[in-house]
Amino acid sequence: MGTNLDLFQLVGQEKIDMSRFPVENIRNFSIIAHVDHGKSTLADRLLELTGTIDKTKNNKQVLDKLQVERERGITVKAQTASLFYNCEGKQYLLNLIDTPGHVDFSYEVSRSLSACQGVLLVVDANEGIQAQTVANFFLAFEAQLSVIPVINKIDLKNADPERVEKQIEKAFDIPSDECIKISAKLGTNVESVLQAVIERIPPPKAHCKNPLRALVFDSTFDQYRGVIANIALFDGVVSKGDKIVSAHTQKIYEVNEVGALNPNEQPTHKLYAGQVGYLIAGMKDVTEAQIGDTLYLHKQPVEPLPGFKSAKPMVFAGMYPIDQSEYNNLKSAIEKLTLNDSSVTVYRDTSLALGAGWRLGFLGLLHMEVFNQRLEQEYNASVILTTPTVPYKAVLSSAKLIKEYREKEITIINPAQFPDKSKVTEYLEPVVLGTIITPDEYTAKIMMLCQARRGVQKNMMYIDQNRVMLKYLFPLNEIVVDFYDSLKSLSSGYASFDYEDAGYQTAELVKMDILLNGNIVEELVTVVHKDKAHSVGKVICERLKDSLPRQLFEIAIQAAIGSKIIARETVKAYRKNVLAKCYGGDITRKMKLLRRQAEGKKKLRKVGNIEVPKDAFIKVLKTQPDK
Amino acid sequence: MTLPRVRACGWVAAAKAAQRRHQAEGAGGPRCPAPRSQRASLYIHWPYCEKRCGYCNFNKYIPRGVEEAAVRSCLVTEAQTLLLLSGVRRVESVFFGGGTPSLASPHTVAAVLEAVAQAAYLPADAEVTLEANPTSSAGSRLAAFGTVGVNRLSIGLQSLDDAELQLLGRTHSASDALRTLAEARHLFPGRVSVDLMLGLPAQQVGPWLGQLQELLCHCDDHVSLYQLSLERGTALFAQVQQGALPAPDPELAAEMYQKGRVVLREAGFRQYEVSNFARNGALSTHNWNYWQCGQYLGVGPGAHGRFLPQGAGGHTREARIQTLEPDNWMKEVKLFGHGTRKRVPLGELELLEEVLVMGLRTDLGITHQHWQQFEPQLTLWDVFGTSKEVKELLEQGLLLLDHRGLRCSWEGLAVLDSLLLTLLPQLQEAWQQRISTLVPRG
Repeated sequence: MGTNLDLFQLVGQEKIDMSRFPVENIRNFSIIAHVDHGKSTLADRLLELTGTIDKTKNNKQVLDKLQVERERGITVKAQTASLFYNCEGKQYLLNLIDTPGHVDFSYEVSRSLSACQGVLLVVDANEGIQAQTVANFFLAFEAQLSVIPVINKIDLKNADPERVEKQIEKAFDIPSDECIKISAKLGTNVESVLQAVIERIPPPKAHCKNPLRALVFDSTFDQYRGVIANIALFDGVVSKGDKIVSAHTQKIYEVNEVGALNPNEQPTHKLYAGQVGYLIAGMKDVTEAQIGDTLYLHKQPVEPLPGFKSAKPMVFAGMYPIDQSEYNNLKSAIEKLTLNDSSVTVYRDTSLALGAGWRLGFLGLLHMEVFNQRLEQEYNASVILTTPTVPYKAVLSSAKLIKEYREKEITIINPAQFPDKSKVTEYLEPVVLGTIITPDEYTAKIMMLCQARRGVQKNMMYIDQNRVMLKYLFPLNEIVVDFYDSLKSLSSGYASFDYEDAGYQTAELVKMDILLNGNIVEELVTVVHKDKAHSVGKVICERLKDSLPRQLFEIAIQAAIGSKIIARETVKAYRKNVLAKCYGGDITRKMKLLRRQAEGKKKLRKVGNIEVPKDAFIKVLKTQPDK
Repeated sequence: MTLPRVRACGWVAAAKAAQRRHQAEGAGGPRCPAPRSQRASLYIHWPYCEKRCGYCNFNKYIPRGVEEAAVRSCLVTEAQTLLLLSGVRRVESVFFGGGTPSLASPHTVAAVLEAVAQAAYLPADAEVTLEANPTSSAGSRLAAFGTVGVNRLSIGLQSLDDAELQLLGRTHSASDALRTLAEARHLFPGRVSVDLMLGLPAQQVGPWLGQLQELLCHCDDHVSLYQLSLERGTALFAQVQQGALPAPDPELAAEMYQKGRVVLREAGFRQYEVSNFARNGALSTHNWNYWQCGQYLGVGPGAHGRFLPQGAGGHTREARIQTLEPDNWMKEVKLFGHGTRKRVPLGELELLEEVLVMGLRTDLGITHQHWQQFEPQLTLWDVFGTSKEVKELLEQGLLLLDHRGLRCSWEGLAVLDSLLLTLLPQLQEAWQQRISTLVPRG
């Protein structure tokens, strides 16, 4: 038992012979946890303990490579590392497949998990089970993985591991004696985690004799080497020079390099069934190595692994440069970012008010936020991000439209495309199943919030004496803007929230127009639920009123559904704006000001004869967390 | 060519006579035939005040003691230098502004006027205005200013409400103001102007109109109505910012302005400019010159000027600013004869923009003749006649373009700054087109 430094050093110098690890000596596992419960710290300790990384170096969260990941304590991009571990005279290959730490990436999580046979479910000894713990547990449970509960941070003053054990027993039906209590920070009891991995997680069911069948569970883009696909081999062997085929694209590639991840790429001669590693095969674009895809040998086709889906954006938002002169810089920044993240969909879009930009589709809210942060931090690009919308659907009744769209059910991304009610059998909106875990003193307030967001309660249970788990079915649209912030503020930060995709439901949707003196403002057309039209319309009208400068005539701001006005505000006409004192001394300053204003006026968007500054649009369209 | 030069003391005597028989010739009327480049108005800046007013962000200083002889000598020197530089032969008006120029001694005013009259022709009936504050202008002092040649007073009365005067940080009371006004009228009959402010924090329309009515019982033939603008760096601005005072309500100010205009019109006053009202032809010719974009020389710390430095061989009108801070300004005047800190040549288009911006402030607006003096090739019709946006303004009744020229309507005058945002780009566009059609022809 102990680390195998010899082997590790060997790894650094020449190619490892991966055939030394028969399937029965391999364990593929993941760590799943709620934000900040210590997943990455535990991963660091495991890497140190197995000699994969040097203890003396500053190994703070080695697996989290992105700046935003470290800052926010979340993992966006999954990382993978192979650990070599010597236990009772046997050489084990433990593949730690890290998963993205948020439900926005639940598809990626599910694909990563499908490469595993077990998970470490890390729970903070102080905070106990949180919403994301639940969501993650069920993902693992559904994938029929062995779950090893790990109670972390037992060194904290307020740690109460016994309470957490009971929660785990209650919520997940796992006997409390199966919990391993550790402090990843101090390294306490971490070794027993490794032993549990070997003892409780079964080796993969894989066969080297079968033809190659490899799952792509992640991919990254390297400027020099192209796409690096992270793969898990279910069957067969792959080595340099092999011709492989993507089951999804049917494209053929020649393998240039295979190897293990430690966590950096470490070339090997071959990878064998049951193992996890990477492969480089001349793919130019991450879309060629989509997560969930199956790779097989040319002319030896296999049944693709189940569960493949193309990335499905659930939240859309317009993105525009603050200044149009920044368009090209922003364009190249977005291109670079999407090279590494194929789940962002990009459509070019033009707004009369905001200029040329894009409509971007994201997996979820956090995904959007992370993308935006990366643009700002890594590419120094500041952007206008419009209020996110969700993809609605319409079931068409008009034969003409069905012919035009070539399908009966259409997805509406842009409100401008919203088909009229007369041509539609029903509208559908995306819904999610939300999990909220909260101290019970906040339950009443939270239930009111959920109701106001059109949530339907599905379940409610106490996971211990004073913690409640609530399950609600929410229209996605109701939680995309400020639900999380509201929840946090009314529970003093104690409630946690997570959600999973729950398909679509029928919804009474309407298209709401915003009018300025009777002229429709195209960029403010909104699709909204009938019950929410009045309040949403009112907010938009009020924001416009606050941001529209007075003009030489009165402006009526109206929200309308069809011909019915549902909200109205008025901006009064200017009555006096002439500078009072203007003699010899004031002219230069006055002229400068007037010239600048006149210059600015040229850039204003005109709706009818009303001049609308860009700022007004930004104030209405921009994400505003505190309504 | 030699111009008649009146000896200083003789000029004062003649001026007194002219003042008695003064009949305003009517603004915009025919002027002296001397070329425009040889005519100018003269602004003299007295930078000192007794106390800082809560609303004022002008270039002024509260000194411990003023070395008046030194300041006087510098004002005289600079006036002489600039007159020489400009090649101006005829000074049409002089305006002593500030600061509080009524705090200066009459001797200083006399010295400047004498210097001007020696360096150029200063007609006997030329308007010579002095800004005066109610407290600092005891009757005898005002009389002394009259003796040395001042023939018009502009009194910073501001309000007839003691609480408001206190809010503004003025040193005088309403009764001080009325007493000073009466004395001034006695000394300068038909030649006294008063300032009244509107749109103060918490000020209401009714009481303000009451003040205006009261003022009409006491005032002479000229009134200026100024809406308070909160300027950064003033005590009032800070108080509003901190919430100690309510922000002035622009709606109420607009109402006061509109109602005030009506009241003054009914009292026989002509609103000849945005903030200025006169009856019996008592327009300020000095200020009128600004709005007509005539030349003016600025003398004193921070004074602005706009003139063609013909005497120095220049060909383009320049915008000039004198050094702001009095001590530095004096040093420079002693060294170089003037304290001009900044000279910016005005391009042809820039000058036309000023003609537009300033001219539209007056009731006559910009006549075709006036415009032609500055731009002989492009008529007002050429510039504004075809624009759709200008047409909208004409249709809304905010602007008039006819055989007389271009001017604001009654309603349009109050929103002139908005109109200009349409007119200025139109002028710029027409100018660009003119340039581009000229180029191919050579």
